Amino acid sequence: MSHRTAVLVFPGSNCDSDLFKAAQQTPELAPAYVWYTTASLAGFELILVPGGFSHGDYLRAGALAARSPVVQALRQAAAQGVPILGICNGFQVLTESGLLPGALQRNASLQFVCEIPAVEVATSNTPFTQACAMGEQLRLPVAHGEGNYFCDTTTLAELERNGQIAFRYAEGQNPNGSLANIAGITNAERNVLGLMPHPERAMAEWMGSADGQKLFTSAVSFLQS
Amino acid sequence: MPLDEPTPEQIQDEQVFLEMGLNASEYKEVVRRLGRLPNLTEAGIFGVMWSEHCSYKNSKPLLGRYPTEGKRILQGPGEGAGVVDLGEGWAAVFKVESHNHPSAIEPYQGAATGVGGILRDIFSMGARPVAILNSLRFGPLQDDPRAPRTRYLFKEVVAGIAGYGNCIGVPTVGGEVDFDPAYSGNPLVNAMGVGLVRHDRLQHGRAGGIGNAVVYVGSATGRDGIHGATFASEELSAASEAKRPAVQVGDPFMGKLLLEACLECYESGALLAVQDMGAAGLTCSSTEMADKGGVGMVLDLDRVPQRAEDMSAYEIMLSESQERMLFVTHPGREGELLAICEKWGVEAAVIGEVIEEPVLRLLQKGNCVAELPLEQVCGNPPVYHRKSVKPDALTRQQAEPEVSWPEPENLGAELLALLSTPNAGSKQWVHRQYDSMVRTCTRVRSGSDAAVVAVEGSDMSLALSIDGNARYVQLDPRMGGRIAVAEAARNVACAGGQPLAITNGLNFGSPEKTEVFWHLDQAVTGIADACRHLGLPVTGGNVSLYNETEGIPILPTPMVGVIGLVERPEHVTTQFFQQAGDILLLVGETRPELGGSLYQHHKAGRLSGKAPQLDLTQEAKVQQVVLEATRSGLVSSAHDLSHGGLALALVTSCTEDLGMEVDWNPDLRPDLALFSESQSRILISVDQDTSSALLAFFAEHDLQPTIIGQVAPQRFRVNLDGKPVINLPLEAIRKAWQSSLEQALTV
Repeated sequence: MSHRTAVLVFPGSNCDSDLFKAAQQTPELAPAYVWYTTASLAGFELILVPGGFSHGDYLRAGALAARSPVVQALRQAAAQGVPILGICNGFQVLTESGLLPGALQRNASLQFVCEIPAVEVATSNTPFTQACAMGEQLRLPVAHGEGNYFCDTTTLAELERNGQIAFRYAEGQNPNGSLANIAGITNAERNVLGLMPHPERAMAEWMGSADGQKLFTSAVSFLQS
Repeated sequence: MPLDEPTPEQIQDEQVFLEMGLNASEYKEVVRRLGRLPNLTEAGIFGVMWSEHCSYKNSKPLLGRYPTEGKRILQGPGEGAGVVDLGEGWAAVFKVESHNHPSAIEPYQGAATGVGGILRDIFSMGARPVAILNSLRFGPLQDDPRAPRTRYLFKEVVAGIAGYGNCIGVPTVGGEVDFDPAYSGNPLVNAMGVGLVRHDRLQHGRAGGIGNAVVYVGSATGRDGIHGATFASEELSAASEAKRPAVQVGDPFMGKLLLEACLECYESGALLAVQDMGAAGLTCSSTEMADKGGVGMVLDLDRVPQRAEDMSAYEIMLSESQERMLFVTHPGREGELLAICEKWGVEAAVIGEVIEEPVLRLLQKGNCVAELPLEQVCGNPPVYHRKSVKPDALTRQQAEPEVSWPEPENLGAELLALLSTPNAGSKQWVHRQYDSMVRTCTRVRSGSDAAVVAVEGSDMSLALSIDGNARYVQLDPRMGGRIAVAEAARNVACAGGQPLAITNGLNFGSPEKTEVFWHLDQAVTGIADACRHLGLPVTGGNVSLYNETEGIPILPTPMVGVIGLVERPEHVTTQFFQQAGDILLLVGETRPELGGSLYQHHKAGRLSGKAPQLDLTQEAKVQQVVLEATRSGLVSSAHDLSHGGLALALVTSCTEDLGMEVDWNPDLRPDLALFSESQSRILISVDQDTSSALLAFFAEHDLQPTIIGQVAPQRFRVNLDGKPVINLPLEAIRKAWQSSLEQALTV
């Protein structure tokens, strides 16, 4: 079976193998690793950008990775409508590369935070949430030092109006001070989604939650539709 | 020789060797061994190789007491880390390392590089690191003259551990923290690393093959950390601040790249031997690798990647710059390794070769700048048989009563007061800063007795714990040493794991003080006693001496890390209550043993009396039977009783919703019953329907647990000897317990 799903790998990615395993759990996704110097993503039907500390978070989280050859290819794929999911550092790469609006600042506490908050699905109209109900709560782990989403008021109004906010932390469970409890957003075309929580860490009950599976099953049904 | 470098004669006449950690008689021994005066580089090499950190010169006579062999032990003490066979072709690699002195001076980098160092020890054995645990000791966060600095040290140490572990992508899954005035000037930062490796991928550090290339891999060498190992083997003083340059700086990103590059190099089969450049950097790795292989090594220092200009041979050899490894390659295969390193963006260079003559020869600018026979550098370091004398004050302290306070009127208020101390309170403020889930193999995170990490590709998991109780060791070091092993192993058994082996970190004051040495001597004997009795070989560890500030030693603090094997996922057990109505069983006998307890520390502010007693035969039986019970599937939760006794065990078994009702007849003064720290006790919860089967199972093995109550929603109620002593909403208990550490940090 040929590979349908790309899992990008930057120097310093550390959730690449977790994401790969999660994708493997859904046989239809057939993942392959793609090294950051690769200049083409042609042929991949789904692209996953993993968490970690690409390039050591030097300069700004995601800033150096956003300038690597594979992200040039990612831009082309995004323009062609290929569904792209960026998780944690992957979300930071997407904002730094301009594929998603806004920025991820240091957590309000100025501390790294690792816990399992409840996250609400704010739209089921994306390739990664279509198997979820609007308002459904998922328990998805977070582990980050810079997940405090911020954008200007015009952008926020636009995100709200277009239904581009994909996930919000449940009331009282915002771990990082992000604007409007935003945990994840999409682009206007809805094929690029970035979120701070880690669905790949919530793939079985023994992990503390199996709710992350829904993002992967959504992606499969999107690809098959 | 650089112009400003002292000559061999000046080193002798002006006693320059003292700055390198050599005393006068050691320097004389160097001269005798060489048959000439050493130059600066050579004296520096001896100084660092003969530091306690590298040579164990003060502790070696004691460490011989440890059992180190067993049928599962693939590698005991002597390599980068211990290796234990798990079965199915898997092996676990683990070790504990201290970074106390650096963390006292520069807490973020000191702690971060402690993590980096222990991880390199793990992957230098060929293993992929899969877990980090840590054991931390600090002064009080409040009501102490040094409290403001302690809060800074504590926050920065936690941030440093998090900063390195989170970035390199190895989950920090467990650990413990304790606060005591004895650590005010000298905090302890011990990190335990754990890795997994297939047997056929195990690496070693024995150089060989005349003409084989010696390859330097990793960060360029700078002037940081020069003589770090020597600094680590001295007392801290007001002048220590000036040694900030002896503290290394960590780069976890480079650590990650180095890790991946090394693992890929191992896969290539082009590598013959590898050793981490940790303490004593290039000196220790080159001399030890050559000596272990019975060969020599010539290094061209001009080819060592350097980040500072005009570094002397002395500086290059003594630097402890981080994220570096030394390889010896198979003949002609260095090119493959250089290519792998290039892919990962890791600097690598051939810097020398293996030679037949058993010497370390250093070349710089075409000249031979040092030449040392390896037998003299690595063989027979000086050994000190220190004098051991029991302190008189301790004899008096042991004779004092354990309980000096009247029976409290309100035990509920008493419990809440204890819970609001950082020692009893939740350590969630610490744990939530660590990524405990990356690699998605973590089955049980920090907060339960032992962490559990799955062995990917098999049904097995590792159960991991690190533990130590210095207050017992202070009162009775032999018993305290035994308890340290027993408690850590008990944690593992409660989690459903068979304890397999231990690593230990011995943190003590100056061994030159007879009373400090007596504690070390006794504690090591105690650890050895327990290891023999419980069948747990010691695979290595770390000795950190001279933990003193202005001449006052820390509490004697051995830390014991235990690795255990959970055979199947369904055996994994936590300490947390599972459902209302479950029956609570207390295994073991409760005696009024308060000496060295958390409650005594809290009430009296000082230690007195005897440490709790431990019967190792009973301990072994309790652990084995409870382990079997967890495997039988009859147990809902199992929790070791340790500091804070039954009271704290009950609090820490509760969940957001599940509390309990206890109705127990201990026939003891209520506060002593609840806070006693009698050993070999385990709190178990069991489904009502299976409780009789479990009780029958215990009876078969000659254990009679006491039924003390049941799990109940939202309540925390305790009746003792027929009288209600605590009746509080669970929320009040949880709030006090959860907020204490954060409150102590907010001033």
